[in-house]
Amino acid sequence: MRSAVAHRTWLATALAITVILAGCTPGSTQRSSGPTEGPVETDPAKMGTVTITEWDIRNLPAQSAAQDKLNAAFEAKYPNIKIKRVVKQFTDYERTIKLALSSPKTPDVMQVNQGYGDLAKFVKAGLLLPQDNYAKAYGWTGRYNAALLDQNRMTADGHWGTGQLYGISNQAEVVGLYYNKTLLSKIGLTPPRTLADLQGDLPKIKAAGMLPIQLGTSDINGAIHIFGLIQAVLAGPAAVNDLVFGKGDASWTDQSTLEAARTLQSWATQGYVTPGANGQNGTAMAAEFGKGHGVFMVDGNWSAPQLATQLGPKVGFTVLSKVDGGKPATEGGLSLLWGISSRSKHPDADAAYLNFINSPAAEDVIARGGDLPAVTPSSFKPVSGLQADVYASLQSVVQEGSLLPYLDYTTINFYAVLGANLQELISGRISPESFTKTLQTEYTTAKASR
Amino acid sequence: MGPTTGPGVTATLARSPGAATPARPRRPRPRRRGRLIIPVLYLLPAAVLYALFLLAPLAHTVWISFFSWDGLSLAHWVGIQNYTDALGNPELRSAFLHSLVLIAFYAVLPIAAALVLAGIMVRAPKLRLLGAARVILFLPQVVATVVLATLWAELLGPTGGINQLLKQVGLQGLAKPWLGGFTTALPAVGLIGTWIEVGFCLLLFLAGAAQIPAELYEAARVDGANARQEFFAVTLPGLRGQIVIALTLTVTAALRTFDVIYITTSGGPGTATQVPAFEIYHRAFTIDLVGSACAIGVMLTAIIFALTFLITRLDSGTRI
Repeated sequence: MRSAVAHRTWLATALAITVILAGCTPGSTQRSSGPTEGPVETDPAKMGTVTITEWDIRNLPAQSAAQDKLNAAFEAKYPNIKIKRVVKQFTDYERTIKLALSSPKTPDVMQVNQGYGDLAKFVKAGLLLPQDNYAKAYGWTGRYNAALLDQNRMTADGHWGTGQLYGISNQAEVVGLYYNKTLLSKIGLTPPRTLADLQGDLPKIKAAGMLPIQLGTSDINGAIHIFGLIQAVLAGPAAVNDLVFGKGDASWTDQSTLEAARTLQSWATQGYVTPGANGQNGTAMAAEFGKGHGVFMVDGNWSAPQLATQLGPKVGFTVLSKVDGGKPATEGGLSLLWGISSRSKHPDADAAYLNFINSPAAEDVIARGGDLPAVTPSSFKPVSGLQADVYASLQSVVQEGSLLPYLDYTTINFYAVLGANLQELISGRISPESFTKTLQTEYTTAKASR
Repeated sequence: MGPTTGPGVTATLARSPGAATPARPRRPRPRRRGRLIIPVLYLLPAAVLYALFLLAPLAHTVWISFFSWDGLSLAHWVGIQNYTDALGNPELRSAFLHSLVLIAFYAVLPIAAALVLAGIMVRAPKLRLLGAARVILFLPQVVATVVLATLWAELLGPTGGINQLLKQVGLQGLAKPWLGGFTTALPAVGLIGTWIEVGFCLLLFLAGAAQIPAELYEAARVDGANARQEFFAVTLPGLRGQIVIALTLTVTAALRTFDVIYITTSGGPGTATQVPAFEIYHRAFTIDLVGSACAIGVMLTAIIFALTFLITRLDSGTRI
């Protein structure tokens, strides 16, 4: 008797829930893209009283202060426009921006990660406003290398690296080779300029009883950066861009990418990188290098402030080219782009704000906040030798258009696939051939489903 | 993520008091409808909360698991395809196998260790440091797992404390990047779990042992039982209920492991420490296969339910 009642109640509850749910297919609140053509207003003073809600990831104290300073300067210049700022740490941001953009109260202006993960998805769902007309009105495109700005372009059906411009980025990132000058000079070596120079140095450093390359790959980034550095030089900018954007018929099994995999594996088997790199994370890697363990380290500009403190004038930074005097190429690319919501009620004001925070004066504020502006302002003076190296390296690849997007942008699951397989490659569990084949399979599968 | 963070525990909590109530044969009495209202009113607040925050999200998860959905654009119905895909995926199957291995580390080892420790501590109840020992052993339960995992990732690193220690005692041959080796990573992660769970089990067993009548121990001693015999004849049977609770909670913890993996290995090296909960997170929040993530979540919930059910059956026999 008792259990029969319980069963009946259960059944009724389950039925009720099913009936309620039957009405709601997930994602059934679709939105359309806003207007993109027509003249735009570029004088903020004529835009009436407006409040712009802005979401960004500039959460480190100095960065955050720089952003606040820019917002305050904009409000002071145009008292009719107020800025409401929401700041989050990157990982949290990545998880919430998707929900915020599709919610009824969308932010007006927000930073958006490029690639097939975020940008493609948002564009396909019609959540972002194309900004070509604003780029033309404000002359944004002239300030950047065209190849670099392709990272912020997307077609309406979600093909990356071409199509409409969905925003500009006021910062950049650059991955390069950190070197310990003291250790290098101990064995009579000079900083390498080409990948061949670096390869020539490695056995000499090992013979002198030192660790050639400090590496930590347990959290994947370190593995992607060192492989990306080798591949960028061997394959060249055009091929890497095509692979990451998914354009043309470039393949991950191409000779140059295979050669890059072989190079990395041979470095690991010959003991040129930290033994057990798969058990050390990126933070520990940078900390060890900062303690003087390892002559080289492949890492991004974000480690420079800490290393400048730890190693002072002993540390340098460079990007490599294929032949001496050739064009350097490396990974990094533009930081998250500044997008405008397709449902913002005041896109002209949003664009005016974006123009303001991407101006040369704003870039000076950003540089002083410790970040790397996409275009180095002429007023900026580096505070350390290392910072000067980083700026010089960035400018050399920005001008050549050879600041390539990170490899993990290739497909939405590429970070996990590339990361896991790089760990297997480094530990010698898979051959370079099967490594490139696995990447190609992931690449073609994802490409086919686009 | 709803189903991965609750049903197991709730099932336990809902079950264990019930299991403690002796089943008494009762003559069914005819009841009038009016009488029924009062018990229902008492149950209502809990039932509403339970339905709102547990059953509804669970049902929603099951519902989404039949769709192919990226979390943004319109989903489309795929029936049971998410389930068949998951079952056919060798990496996912090995993820489920890994979590079975973790049961040994999260449940079997800590319970065995805690039983031994409880057996010892019961023999020496007047030990001054007992209170301090309890606090220290229970500490891992109080500190956030993220903090503990970060600490252990540091200790287990190539230049971390454990390898330093091995070098200092002349065992440098054993030093290795524990979390970075394809064969050592899963046991290393498992041992972190052992360390976390052992204090919890011990506290449970000590509380249980305190309820065992002292006369039983006296009787055993009068009969000339040694420590080992006393443990097997008195302590172990007396702790049966606690062992079942500990087993339920630790097995659930093993199957749901996410935070330790996320912090220490992210499923690596390669896919050596990939577990279902991490895969759910990865699919739902990184690669936008929300339907597939929900399907795996539902499967994980079902497995946890089944195992929990089996474990509670262990307790249905006679008790002292």
